[in-house]
Amino acid sequence: MADPRSADIKDQPGFRSIAIICLCVLYAPILILMIFSLNTGSLVTRWEGIGLGWYGSALLNQEFHNAAKNTLIISVTATIISTIAATLAAIGMTRVKPWRGLSAAFMVINLPLMVPEIITAVATLSFFALIAGTLGLNFGIGNLILAHTVFCIPFAYMPIRARLEDMDLTLEAAAADLYATPWHAFRRITLPLLVPGILSGGALAFIVSFDDFTITQLVAGPGQTTLPLYIWNQIRRPMTPEINAISTILLLVSILFVSISFLIARRRAK
Amino acid sequence: MASAFSQAALFEAEAEKASARRHRLLSLPALIIIGIFGVLPLLIIVIYSFLAAAPYGGVQWQFSTDAYLNFLFQRDIFDDTLQFTPDFLIIYLRSFVFAVVTTVICLLLGFPTAYFMATRPPAQRNWWVLLITIPFWSNLLVRTLAIMFIIRDEGLINNALMALGVIEKPITMLYTNFAIQLGLLYSFLPFMVLPLYSSLEKLDFRLVEAAYDLYATRRQVLWRVIIPLSLPGIIAGCLLVFIPALGAYVTPLILGGGIHLMIGDLIAQQFGSGRNWPLGCAQALILMAAVLVALYFYVRNTSGKMRHG
Repeated sequence: MADPRSADIKDQPGFRSIAIICLCVLYAPILILMIFSLNTGSLVTRWEGIGLGWYGSALLNQEFHNAAKNTLIISVTATIISTIAATLAAIGMTRVKPWRGLSAAFMVINLPLMVPEIITAVATLSFFALIAGTLGLNFGIGNLILAHTVFCIPFAYMPIRARLEDMDLTLEAAAADLYATPWHAFRRITLPLLVPGILSGGALAFIVSFDDFTITQLVAGPGQTTLPLYIWNQIRRPMTPEINAISTILLLVSILFVSISFLIARRRAK
Repeated sequence: MASAFSQAALFEAEAEKASARRHRLLSLPALIIIGIFGVLPLLIIVIYSFLAAAPYGGVQWQFSTDAYLNFLFQRDIFDDTLQFTPDFLIIYLRSFVFAVVTTVICLLLGFPTAYFMATRPPAQRNWWVLLITIPFWSNLLVRTLAIMFIIRDEGLINNALMALGVIEKPITMLYTNFAIQLGLLYSFLPFMVLPLYSSLEKLDFRLVEAAYDLYATRRQVLWRVIIPLSLPGIIAGCLLVFIPALGAYVTPLILGGGIHLMIGDLIAQQFGSGRNWPLGCAQALILMAAVLVALYFYVRNTSGKMRHG
């Protein structure tokens, strides 16, 4: 029997293979979907030739345009509102003397992460139905923007808070010693240092809003189709590789924003 | 002189207090948004679950416990007696089994993966984390769709097996329990790996070395040193998989095809074709209760760990 210390003490037998299997399992379906989006044939799973034809027909499709427009309106607005609210909340809740209700406030911020999405979805649907019924209020696409803003806030909040906690306090103290007003110290010292956290949080908020299906499907009114809803409508018809093309576009947007968020957050570590 | 000085100090303290108060107010916008559009809706479904259903969806403002009774019983139309109907209960139990199996398999696959990642040199580690992070944040609907393309009757697996002559007729995999289980595993595997990784990354390997010095075998080091030390990460990972798996909606919707239901579809159905909002609200709250039980065990376990040091 080999002495365990002859190899690296950190190694455990078989763990490398399992890790590689996991990676393959996670990526194989996505890659297959992407490859088939380049298929020129009209069947989803029979390969005929390589080409970008289905991207062309997807991008020229009026329904796709409307869905893309709705998605962008909702996710950009929800990202901006939630990132501002999350930044303010992170400043108000980090590096301060613990105030009464701080842990309750923290729970409220994180609530959307703890409640299963389907419950949030039916609760939001009931809420908007109630205010439409009793107060006659209907914000149209604003309903979706508000619903998205709620679950975007905790995602934007996490990286901003992490950044604030890592920040060097002495710089602000130095600014104060040099007679900077608190606002000046914030504007010229804290905020620039906070920017990577805000961008990283904003990118995450954008992805979760851009990709949301469950809550959007239940809350959306007529004519409020977003890209994930558009894909869902396509699944129920005879499928063409156009759906692979649109799915690939959605995946690429996710990958782009995750990478941005990841790289910005990593720079801090150096 | 001295009193003027102390007065100035007093002013300063007052000003500091006021600024601290202003500071706190910054968290108000986020709290108000989540309070009105996140917490209030949850209270509304509590109220709705005690109302009567309106015939075309929505509720009638009339107190009723029918929603909760309907969860377990069905009223006989002839003699108006309640009859025990376990249909919903069975769907809840099925979902529970799905979620438990998903959690266990994700842990069995995710732990070695996270451990392997955590023991790579730092530069390689970052790449691994990015590779696991991408599916974590990728569109769940699209990822589920990708699974559907592979296991369909005309999908890649069946086409390949038929081309090789292994089978003559396609094996039905889509719209089965197997499809749902596979989809859940695929969806939530990254949710297990990332919390495990962040716990294993902080593991003190001097303890592992000490165990080897005391003649522990590799297996003993794994079970008696590494796993106990990473328990907080294991619990967090299990919770992050179990809760969304229990309330899964997209996976059974697409891979179960409306034949094999889970709690998520059942709830959504009451708001769609079922037209029984109070029942849907009651079902959602029963799911929420299950989630709270899981969270309670988590909090109790983690705070217990902290007390022991």
